[in-house]
Amino acid sequence: MISRSPIILALLVAATAAWAEPNAAQKIIFDQFAAQAKSGDPAFKGFSAERGRDFFLGQHTGGKPDTASCTSCHTKDLTKPGQTRAGKAIEPMAASVNPKRFTDAAEVEKWFRRNCGDVLGRECTLTEKGDVLAFLLSQ
Amino acid sequence: MRKTIVLSAAICAAIGAAILPLARASADDDGMRVKPVNDAKVSKECSACHMLYPAGLLPAPAWEAMMKGLNDHFGENASLDAETTAAITAYLTANAANAKGGRDKYSGQQTAAQDGSLRISGQAWFRREHDEVTPQMLKRRNAKSISDCKACHKDAERGIFEDED
Repeated sequence: MISRSPIILALLVAATAAWAEPNAAQKIIFDQFAAQAKSGDPAFKGFSAERGRDFFLGQHTGGKPDTASCTSCHTKDLTKPGQTRAGKAIEPMAASVNPKRFTDAAEVEKWFRRNCGDVLGRECTLTEKGDVLAFLLSQ
Repeated sequence: MRKTIVLSAAICAAIGAAILPLARASADDDGMRVKPVNDAKVSKECSACHMLYPAGLLPAPAWEAMMKGLNDHFGENASLDAETTAAITAYLTANAANAKGGRDKYSGQQTAAQDGSLRISGQAWFRREHDEVTPQMLKRRNAKSISDCKACHKDAERGIFEDED
């Protein structure tokens, strides 16, 4: 029993680590964003989950008054479902509880295009998108 | 020969007897039946933010106009790529109110092409059918708005709109 505990502990640690790591499909999309950023700016140092957090949780102007933040619909607890303005549930954004998130490049672009328009009144920059993706993949 | 005629008449009567109640059942006071959406792309894209409205609830020109204005879809940016937009427009217009399974065939009345607004809830027939609905009733049902069909018609996405108390 005693000898088995470290194995269980190791398995638990491995499982926790696996949750925090993007899956293969997510990694492809994230890497595509990074490659695009690097091709546009050779000095590109990588996306920042920290900046992504500030952007995602922050209040913005330029968009619609009732959707001034990403959290207006997605809420601040990203492991829980959000709600559209029409009242429909939005699957959680955190990759750890929703591994299907950020696995389809066209879907990712579609929602950035729509939601950046509603929240900011403009398209998001590549850096903003990459940062938000880095943040949500770490959640 | 005579036997054949008698038999034919009997068959016709039998078929008529079988069909008539069916025809009447769908036009009953029990509620409205329209064809549910049976297209994967339409189901996915048109139910991402709201319930999946059957195409037969709006006339084709209204669907066309709506699909041209997805950048401002009742206040939301619901834009789609050109290919998806075209495919969904084709489905919605082919299955609109005047199509088989659409509201016109069910009600025997033509849904006006531009009946007040692009909203299903803006159509004259809709307002007539819901004239007794009060804000208090919507609140009691936890309906976000009158567009939230499922709050009262739980099988709305399957095209079944039973009358509720």
